[in-house]
Amino acid sequence: MPLENQVNSIRLFSGFTRGSLKLMLRGNRAYWMWLAFLSVLIVSGALAYSAQVRVGLGLTAMRDQVSWGFYIGNFTFLVGVAAAAVVLVIPAYIYNWKPIREIVIYGELLAISAITMCLMFVLVDIGRPDRFWHLVPPFGFLNFPRSVLAWDVLVLNLYFVVNFVVATHILYRAFHGKPYIRKLVVPMVLLSVPMAVGIHTVTAFLYNGLAARPYWNSSILAPQFLASAFCSGPAILLVVLQLLRRFTRFEIQDAAIWKIAELMAYAMFLNLFLHGAEAFKEFYSNTQHLLFTRYWYFGIGSHHTLVPYAWSAVGLNLVAFALFISPRTRRNIILLNLGCLATYAGVYIEKGMGLIIPGLTPDTLGEIYVYYPTLIELRVAAGIFAVGFLLFTLMLKVAVPISLGEFMGKKGVAPIERAVFAGR
Amino acid sequence: METRRLFMQTAAGAAAGMILTSCGPKRLYEAPKERLKASIAEMQRKYKEEYGKDIQVSDKGPIPGVHFAYALDISRCIGCRRCVYACVAENNQSRDPQIHWIRVEQMEKEKGVDFSHADPYYHPAEVPAEGHFYIPISCQQCEDPPCTKVCPTGATWAEKDGIVVIDYDWCIGCRYCMAACPYGARHFNWTQPSIPENEINPHTHYLGNRPRPKGVVEKCTFCIQRSREGRYPACVEVCPVGARKFGNILDPDSEIRYIIEHKRVLVLKEELNTVPRFFYFYAT
Repeated sequence: MPLENQVNSIRLFSGFTRGSLKLMLRGNRAYWMWLAFLSVLIVSGALAYSAQVRVGLGLTAMRDQVSWGFYIGNFTFLVGVAAAAVVLVIPAYIYNWKPIREIVIYGELLAISAITMCLMFVLVDIGRPDRFWHLVPPFGFLNFPRSVLAWDVLVLNLYFVVNFVVATHILYRAFHGKPYIRKLVVPMVLLSVPMAVGIHTVTAFLYNGLAARPYWNSSILAPQFLASAFCSGPAILLVVLQLLRRFTRFEIQDAAIWKIAELMAYAMFLNLFLHGAEAFKEFYSNTQHLLFTRYWYFGIGSHHTLVPYAWSAVGLNLVAFALFISPRTRRNIILLNLGCLATYAGVYIEKGMGLIIPGLTPDTLGEIYVYYPTLIELRVAAGIFAVGFLLFTLMLKVAVPISLGEFMGKKGVAPIERAVFAGR
Repeated sequence: METRRLFMQTAAGAAAGMILTSCGPKRLYEAPKERLKASIAEMQRKYKEEYGKDIQVSDKGPIPGVHFAYALDISRCIGCRRCVYACVAENNQSRDPQIHWIRVEQMEKEKGVDFSHADPYYHPAEVPAEGHFYIPISCQQCEDPPCTKVCPTGATWAEKDGIVVIDYDWCIGCRYCMAACPYGARHFNWTQPSIPENEINPHTHYLGNRPRPKGVVEKCTFCIQRSREGRYPACVEVCPVGARKFGNILDPDSEIRYIIEHKRVLVLKEELNTVPRFFYFYAT
């Protein structure tokens, strides 16, 4: 590349970076209060984590009997969010449905934030974070293809890279008023769809493959993971889109929001159906393996810790389904948001703790250890969520003005709708 | 121009190869003899520093023609837990927090071998308690171990003599193996393990009972430091009723072969196809 071109691209890049930083540092009181709130959570989480590193994972409530807990539960839930965010790409690109196509970029930004949180949750869960490099060849050794965890490490990182490249490329080009490079973006976007399904399937297989844990060792697990993910991911996105619509000039058609809500209703139906199928098989055949499902829904003996959570999840999911399936209720803005909240909470319970804890309780030798996350775990988890939200906020801060054509390298160029999708 | 490019490419390839070999995997699993010796010397130096006494770390490999197996006589076991504490002392398990590689389950005779009614925390004034029997459980040294399969870093594997071992210096503490083990045999160092200095067993093996750091997984190794030297595991020696039998399954004249061929033998969770090398039997 001639020197002149190199200098030019460095200049363009530094213009983009400086402009982005300036955007991030500009905002009203609410913006700064939000950032301050997140920073407090992050500092508290970092302090809690440093104590955990010093003393060990003994500061969590995890023990040999329940060896995974809150961290891995959150990880699993967030993989679903990351996967589902990109599934919006399907209607946008395959059916060329414009109202959704404009918001795909936000799905990708959400995926980037969610994957970052996933990787952080795994990192805080391992006993020797100082040995993280043992996973990375050539310095380390990745037990691929035998270990499903090795698969998960690979697909999660690849998915992160794909989304990061697509999102930043589109925004960067739009910033300079140029259409994105189709040869780069289209294949990667098309790749990101099977990958979204892939990361969640592999994460389900992580549990699914363990014959020692009958609660997980059920072939319905991966489809059920996907179904619940297609509820929770869009639930977050719907709220974010409404916030964007309210606080920026960004226009999102009601039709897009309603369409997503409708898709969520189908996904929720599938999720409930798969849960029902699993419950039927367990209760009707009534084998020893029923123990775990019973612990979740009814408790065993005097142990009923999880029961209220189990039924809240069922109730919340049913409410969400009822609200989204009827066009009248999903078009009511209040009911729509209630439905999103119910979906988010319901899936968070069933897919987080509701998956991990009954999977491990009773343990393989029949002991019931009652796990309840400690304050340290809650603080670390809140800190990680805050990092994710901070990342998402800052990315939106740059992405929204670019989409609106307010933040550009040169004057008088088309806003993102035209620039980005001019290729089509 | 062409030759120069070719030269550059070859040189770059060679450099990359050198870097790859020197920085390559440092797992003890595939460490060449010299590197293993160096690693062990380093371990001994560190232990001396930490515990103020000489701790021997053996690197004795598997003996050709030997495949270890274990058999436990359920009809004899009285649930005294002497094996549990002999194991703790022999294998340098942490005293605080307590780690036990052997867990003795008390079961009801009426219910038979049923884990959902097992009680590991029994404490009658005298054992055996009326109407109960006991099943001590530790690593079953599976022939097809689900735990080694799932390890993302290859830090645990089955040795040629059938012993499933862990590289404590390579384990990242993700605990996937603990989720995969159907026998609750794997234990995690949730905090810094502690052993009183005068209670340390200085006779150790690099894949076995050498002191472990915080944040890694550990488990029974059939007392690899003893069995590879032709001795019985500590639990076999201490058992007051002779319920524990150990030997080379490939030796047709061994006691273990006699038991497997002549007694009523069972393995735990046979349906999982892990093929345990730990048999339970009824001698009487």
